[in-house]
Amino acid sequence: MKFKDIFKIKEDRSLYPPLNSEGKIDVDLSSHKYVKLWHGPQHPGITGNMSLELTLLGDEIMDCETHVGYLHRGFEKLMERRKWIQCFPIVCRITVPEPDYNEYCFAAGVEELAGIEIPETAKWLRTLTLEMARLQSYLMWIGGQAGSLGMGIVGQWSNYCRDLVLDRFEELTGGRIYHMYIIPGGVRGLLPDGFEKRMEETLKTIEEFMVDIDKVMFNNAVFKKRTVGMGYIDPKWIYQFGITGPNARAAGIPDDIRKKYPYLKYPELDFEPIVGKDSDIYTRADVRRRDLLLSVDLIRQILAKMPKDGDFKAPTPNVLHWQIPAGETFIRSECTRGEFAYYIVSDGSEYPRRINVRGPSYTHAVALLEKMIINTNLADVAGLMTSLHTYPPEIER
Amino acid sequence: MARIKDIISPFTAWKNVVKEPVTIKEPLKREAAPRYRGFHKNDVDTCIGCGTCESICQNAAIDMVPVEGIETKNGDSGLRPRIDYGRCCWCALCVDVCTTGSLSMSNHFKWVDSDPDVFRFIPGVDKKEWDNEPNGYKKPGPNYELYSKERVHMPELKPEERDKSFIEIVRGYSKEQAMKEADRCVECGICVATCPAHMGIPEYIKAIRNEDLNEGLRILYDTNPLPEVCGRICTHKCETVCSVGHQGDPLSIRWLKRYIADQNPAENYKKILETENITKNGKRIAIVGSGPAGLSAAHYLALMGYECTIYEKLPLPGGMMRYGIPEYRLPYEALDKDIDYIKSLGVEIICNVTVGKDITLDELHQQYDAVFVGTGLHVGRSTRIPGTDHPNVYQAVDLLREVTMGKEIPATQSIVVIGGGNVAMDITRTLARIQNQRYGKVNIITTSLESENEMPADREEIIEAREEGATIIPGWGPVKIEIENDKIKGLHVVKCVSVFDENRRFSPKFDENQTNFFAGDMVVESIGQGMDLSYLPESVKDNLKLDNRGRIVVNDYFQSSVNWLFVGGDIIQGPDVIHGIANGHKAAIGIDKFIKSSMKS
Repeated sequence: MKFKDIFKIKEDRSLYPPLNSEGKIDVDLSSHKYVKLWHGPQHPGITGNMSLELTLLGDEIMDCETHVGYLHRGFEKLMERRKWIQCFPIVCRITVPEPDYNEYCFAAGVEELAGIEIPETAKWLRTLTLEMARLQSYLMWIGGQAGSLGMGIVGQWSNYCRDLVLDRFEELTGGRIYHMYIIPGGVRGLLPDGFEKRMEETLKTIEEFMVDIDKVMFNNAVFKKRTVGMGYIDPKWIYQFGITGPNARAAGIPDDIRKKYPYLKYPELDFEPIVGKDSDIYTRADVRRRDLLLSVDLIRQILAKMPKDGDFKAPTPNVLHWQIPAGETFIRSECTRGEFAYYIVSDGSEYPRRINVRGPSYTHAVALLEKMIINTNLADVAGLMTSLHTYPPEIER
Repeated sequence: MARIKDIISPFTAWKNVVKEPVTIKEPLKREAAPRYRGFHKNDVDTCIGCGTCESICQNAAIDMVPVEGIETKNGDSGLRPRIDYGRCCWCALCVDVCTTGSLSMSNHFKWVDSDPDVFRFIPGVDKKEWDNEPNGYKKPGPNYELYSKERVHMPELKPEERDKSFIEIVRGYSKEQAMKEADRCVECGICVATCPAHMGIPEYIKAIRNEDLNEGLRILYDTNPLPEVCGRICTHKCETVCSVGHQGDPLSIRWLKRYIADQNPAENYKKILETENITKNGKRIAIVGSGPAGLSAAHYLALMGYECTIYEKLPLPGGMMRYGIPEYRLPYEALDKDIDYIKSLGVEIICNVTVGKDITLDELHQQYDAVFVGTGLHVGRSTRIPGTDHPNVYQAVDLLREVTMGKEIPATQSIVVIGGGNVAMDITRTLARIQNQRYGKVNIITTSLESENEMPADREEIIEAREEGATIIPGWGPVKIEIENDKIKGLHVVKCVSVFDENRRFSPKFDENQTNFFAGDMVVESIGQGMDLSYLPESVKDNLKLDNRGRIVVNDYFQSSVNWLFVGGDIIQGPDVIHGIANGHKAAIGIDKFIKSSMKS
């Protein structure tokens, strides 16, 4: 048996309780053989506010049920009672660490329905913010991935780097976390003076820290021991579950919305989707690390190619009573976790009829996790979950 | 399998032991970026309390509240935004949409207090340390707008197409143009408060947006029975205060009103306005004068079931609207459309009857339950400078009246007009057209006391008059008409330094050293009009209360001290169509109250 096969789901389940017709095990808690354990919602090893109801046999997970709803704020419903422009400050809150993909998908959807073409400068600035968002989101994730396996120092470094990116966001958009920058029709400002220079300094710092993180995390015997072969995603599950993003690319599937369905200025940028092949936690981490460095490269490309002035917002009708023509649209973008999409329906009134947010976390954290967590060790649950890079707020729109 | 390198490599982290920490040492002193969306600032003097910030706020964090020391006045609601930081999400849409640009944000972000109520505050009024902070989020520019600041241009005849004829100049909006212009409205309602008739302006503009012109017409007729007239020649005080006009062009409210009236055919009016069956109450009202005030009173009285009879001295109804305003601004068919509808409600208009001569006011009082008088200002005032008694010195109102009547009016080859108001522009442009027709060229000089910026005439009137060839020279006071061999040679003028004193009272000051001479063989005076109340019988005059300037004193419902006599229009509030309409409406309500109360007693 190969090392990496140890953690794969065992076909031979003779040692374990039999599966019932629903594919689950019948647990008799009074037998004192099993332990029920709530992992979350307040657990440092959980990404955001969700919880896993685990059934343990010894320290091995027999069964898992995911529970969400701790963060439900009813955004989709709220938006049906807001005018179109009033949804703009709401959408960024749907995915806290990555507001820009929400802003982009909402704005692009509205523009498509209303038939508005945004200025070139705005397209470049949107591409820039989306890549900056990717960079800071990965930096946050990398700390989580390392921390969940016991390496606190990486999180301190990466969050310092992330803060530098947030500083750049602050000077560009006026906000650190909720940027509210990509508005239907364009963006809310040009690059401030000296932005490129400060951005370059930030990117250099990040690259320096990434060398250190490479040494401390990716070339670390403990990290390798705990992650290589662990959390295997079978490539045949990819389309079964609808797995996207680095989780799919680590399994060798080169799906990247930026390449597959190019949007904004991505066709003018030079890059190839980052792909791995082993589909375990280590490969996924490595794909994300390389994707992070790709973002650094893309930001440099964008800043070199983009025009620094010109119109950045197309004229729109009066937003106070903007009636979007009736129709529906599906807008997608590649976020750090996979395909992020908005399904927007307008009935021609001043209010959206329906806005559905389709984030990748729904698939990854609810359905996929329940399957791949079986037979893993309790100590690995946190690392496994972080390796899927999920954000519960986007599950509970 | 783990290699030895993988075991050693993590220890490189120890190199950070000798590095400086990257933490910010004093985080509370960190200054946010210049564009940071921090606490709000408001320039309360620029703010007009339009409440657009309140309507865009998706969290309902903004309330418009009255503020001590800020008075409600035309163009200012007197309210200021109060922001609740328990609800605010710092999206800054309020800053982006602010019509005056008074609202902005500082880059301050620290505010600690044990009292939660202090976080609900009125920026600019409740003094804060960040009030004078130059940094912080401001509306980005240029070309970043949440609504269009540019007016949709009204198609109009070019100067060379119009300078010989009396065809209407402005052509009216197309549907697309009207929809686009209506879209610019922010529905603040500042205009409603300023309009003397308090028309439902945001509502009828909304009706245009919703393509519901029937509803639009109903809203117009709620407060204004002369929409075709007002849609063309209203003094549009609403546009002067329009909040959108503070940083761009004000909405063309007047043209939008005209669009609704123009698009609804006259034959549908009774159906749309649901006035096909009006129950009569058997009471009769006499109205003297068929100007805007008289017509407005008749319209609203007729709707209440009164039988109204209007007595008009001139051959056709309309008053100054017909006999004062030239046809190129207000075509007669537009005026007739409005008047015909009022007539269709059962209002009788008897023309060529002069009250005081053909029938006395006392007789009216005996035949009718109440009398409304709106006889307007039809007597031109004279400058009384030497030479005004010459037969070639005319009054603008007299000439304008004769043009409407189709009479041949005197227009020589070179004319001097004295006056800077809209009537002066009307006579200038009318005479310019006649000169053009007769002599093929325009030679007319119009001079006013007021400087270019102070001239009371509408700006577009001045521009258009110049386009049509008239010479307008503001800032000169007339001194004497030069007469040689009984022929007028021209007008001597002296430089006017200022027209108003510090209390904005009329008190012109002249610089005697600067003089000028405008050559011309005919002079037209247009410096204002007075009223002719000679028709009032002695019995009424004795009981009528007048103020110290000789004007009739009326109550809120335009009832004079003689209780059956209601007075409104220009003789009460000065020359203005919309005031006349508002007076007539109010007087109609007053007459109804008066008759109902006298029935009880």
